[in-house]
Amino acid sequence: MPHLDARHLLCPMPVIRVSEQLRDLAAGTVLTVACTDPGALYDIPAWCRLEGHEVMESRVEPSGEIVIVIKVHA
Amino acid sequence: MDVGAAPRVQRKAVALLSGGLDSLLAARMMLDQGIHVEGINFFTGFCVEGHTHAVRKDRQRRVVRNNALHAASQLGIRLHIVDVIEEYKDIVLNPRHGYGAHLNPCLDCKGFMVGKAREWMETHGFDFIVTGEVLGQRPKSQRRDTFPVIARESGAFDRLLRPLSAQLLAPTLPEREGWVDRERLLKLSGRNRKPQIGMARAQGLDYAQPAGGCCFLTDANYARKLRDLWESRGDRRYDFDDIMLLKIGRHIRPRPHFKLIIGREEGENRFLEGYRHRFIHLFAADANGPIALLQGEAADEDLMLAAAITARFGQARHAESVRMTIVRPGADAQQRMVPPWPVDRFPREWYL
Repeated sequence: MPHLDARHLLCPMPVIRVSEQLRDLAAGTVLTVACTDPGALYDIPAWCRLEGHEVMESRVEPSGEIVIVIKVHA
Repeated sequence: MDVGAAPRVQRKAVALLSGGLDSLLAARMMLDQGIHVEGINFFTGFCVEGHTHAVRKDRQRRVVRNNALHAASQLGIRLHIVDVIEEYKDIVLNPRHGYGAHLNPCLDCKGFMVGKAREWMETHGFDFIVTGEVLGQRPKSQRRDTFPVIARESGAFDRLLRPLSAQLLAPTLPEREGWVDRERLLKLSGRNRKPQIGMARAQGLDYAQPAGGCCFLTDANYARKLRDLWESRGDRRYDFDDIMLLKIGRHIRPRPHFKLIIGREEGENRFLEGYRHRFIHLFAADANGPIALLQGEAADEDLMLAAAITARFGQARHAESVRMTIVRPGADAQQRMVPPWPVDRFPREWYL
């Protein structure tokens, strides 16, 4: 499963990196993104909604790391 | 159905969305006229929003979000966030039209961004560009004599529409062709933002601040630190980490050949820790206190001075001596006992 390490990147770089990576993925592919910027919890799902991608899960780990799971839209 | 009548083509506009009120309203006006609108936002590395909120723990109670994305979400339009960090360096370092009050190359910046939007428009088959510019609102880039400069130097020419001030300007191609109704555009001018605030309220639009897209290059303190960076290197250049670090911590230059970046709170300390592998760093071994990064060259006596300064900002600042850990990248940590620099004799001129 593709994984994007966007830790230590600050707004809006996580969204930019996600958009770049999704461009190369086939519909239905699931991408897991790891972030540390708390803004990513809002920004990445908001961007995915506008693009039609499905956010399957978003969670904050006990370490503070944010994990967002995205399914590429058809 | 009217046989033989050509179907009306839906025109497409790319709107520069800064995350502020004006660009939000300009895009909204186009949607209201049936135009297909997509937003574009350029990340130069100097934007104030986002980074500072994300780093400083004491500011995380505020809503942490990208304002351009929030604007696009309210409008229900796609937003293309474009990384222009590398290309933007030439605008910062060599502005054809010079700087504003600090290191803000506002006119060159606007021309650059509209130019990038024009390239995007051409690549994606869009028809025109929309901005939230208001005549007379900004002293350098939003004047009657500079609007044509932006249109010309960006290559957008009359495909650049400024809906908030359109009735005060010559009709653009979208108006002349009837793609948009000029009568439904506005004639706002000046710095008074009450009309825009009223429009946003009437439409239930939420916005981050009246003037969006705040840029660190307009900030006197930031510009001073950037100038200091160039002077210390003897070269006007920067990379992304340089401009990020200028936003974080206290910057103290006790000697011409080195400076310290000292965290002011937990969030900044955590952020600076991410740079430990690149810089000499210092922290108190047995007491709470900040982490400090040392940029530049440092001999042993410089390290002792840096340790004393760093100790001054820790909880043990009034102790006779503090055990400080000093780490050079790739080397073992060393510990030194130092007296903290006296709080009441800290030279103001060391602060950048």
